[in-house]
Amino acid sequence: MSKQKITLNQTNIIGNTVIIDTGCANLSSVRYAFERLMTDIERESLFISDDVEMIKAAERVVLPGVGTAAAAMSALKNKGLVQLIPELTQPVLGVCLGMQMLTRVSKERGGQSDDCPCLNIIATDIEQLNSQGLPLPHMGWNQITPSSHPIFAGISAGSYVYFVHSYRAPISEYTIATAQHGENFSAAIAKDNFIGVQFHPEKSSEVGAKMLQNFLYMNKDTFVQSSTKSLASSNLLNEAQL
Amino acid sequence: MLAKRIVPCLDVKEGKVVKGVQFRNHEIVGDIVPLAKRYAEEGADELVFYDITASAHDRVIDKSWISRVAEQIDIPFCVAGGIKTIEQAREKLAFGADKISINSPALTDPSLIARLQDEFGRQCIVIGIDSYFDASRDSYLVKQFTGDETATKDTQWFTQDWVEEVQKQGCGEIVLNVMNQDGVRQGYDIKQLSMIRAICDVPLIASGGAGTLEHFKAVFTEANVDAALAASVFHKGIIGIRDLKRYLKNNNIAIRV
Repeated sequence: MSKQKITLNQTNIIGNTVIIDTGCANLSSVRYAFERLMTDIERESLFISDDVEMIKAAERVVLPGVGTAAAAMSALKNKGLVQLIPELTQPVLGVCLGMQMLTRVSKERGGQSDDCPCLNIIATDIEQLNSQGLPLPHMGWNQITPSSHPIFAGISAGSYVYFVHSYRAPISEYTIATAQHGENFSAAIAKDNFIGVQFHPEKSSEVGAKMLQNFLYMNKDTFVQSSTKSLASSNLLNEAQL
Repeated sequence: MLAKRIVPCLDVKEGKVVKGVQFRNHEIVGDIVPLAKRYAEEGADELVFYDITASAHDRVIDKSWISRVAEQIDIPFCVAGGIKTIEQAREKLAFGADKISINSPALTDPSLIARLQDEFGRQCIVIGIDSYFDASRDSYLVKQFTGDETATKDTQWFTQDWVEEVQKQGCGEIVLNVMNQDGVRQGYDIKQLSMIRAICDVPLIASGGAGTLEHFKAVFTEANVDAALAASVFHKGIIGIRDLKRYLKNNNIAIRV
């Protein structure tokens, strides 16, 4: 089976990077992590915004988030972004809770009486991590097994990244990296131009910085040029079947 | 496999890193950001900043050092000291702290933990516990207000009961500091940490007493804690973080190197 590889051969960052202002606490950490990778001039194209037109026009979009899905989804709703995000065609990177919001539903109720409906972009559900007696939250540095998805260019299997979470996406056809804490789960998921990482690349030292740099080298055309089929072939499950 | 964490603790007073023995006689160790950066580069897995200025005195102090750390450091860090309200916690997190740690104010009002958890999620709520062994009662007990010698007092809490309570209230992690070994570098209190480990379902960080490489090995292999916190051995250059992590890895402990 032939596999079309997406390569990122850029040396500078082109176009605007917009971090969606979810009002969550890790906004500034995400911004600082990108700034560390940018020249002074490139930093002028980095924005934190909740403006619909600005997000639409961005070269790439970041959806950060910590806390509970219910609080973060209601922030997106109040800002009128729930319709917008699924329609984006440029690369979108969800971080931690931002990844979880890309899915259909989160079972983390956080004091609410019902499961929390999410953006319904990636057809998987967020459920509590079955740590099989290991401490929860899953907190600290754990190893990932990444796929050949372009976000992981230059990242080797067994690399350590920083996790803080109690809920997770299960292994599915959308899994692009796995990790283990009691059970195997999705350390990252993707569909088309949407990428979500459960861990915190902004707090994951050189390994995380490399992934953020990979993301900064993506642009509006990165996922448009490749067919859905070739992208699916970067998923771990499909690789296992090859 | 989840790696065991090495966590240098930097006591901060008026913008500088300081270290005292048994919480007393603070001497200046260095500037915050360069020291934090050096530890991160040497392989520290996380940093804790304990703001001594804030905890002992009720006054408004400059917190801009938190955002300077967040700008420069690409590993997680926790800010402790003087956080009594939701708003004070929000300020630290907004400046870029990944976690906030509460100690004495939680003893005054345990429901503060639940309120912080509701607001920010349990993942960023760390509870610090200062525990000591009371030989006359053959029990471990919790002390309060240890940041100020004149204010320090015993509480009615047995350490085990308080550990259960803070988990029930919704904390995300516990730092257990054993006071009578702090600074003297005679090793972690393995016996007490093992006992607390057995009733602690959230990550547990050992604190107080680290003096040698073997102490770190023992606390991971015998007490099975998730992380080991230390200050003076790192600040004084007695143990290098790189050497420590290589040593632990060679002893088959899961470590990020």
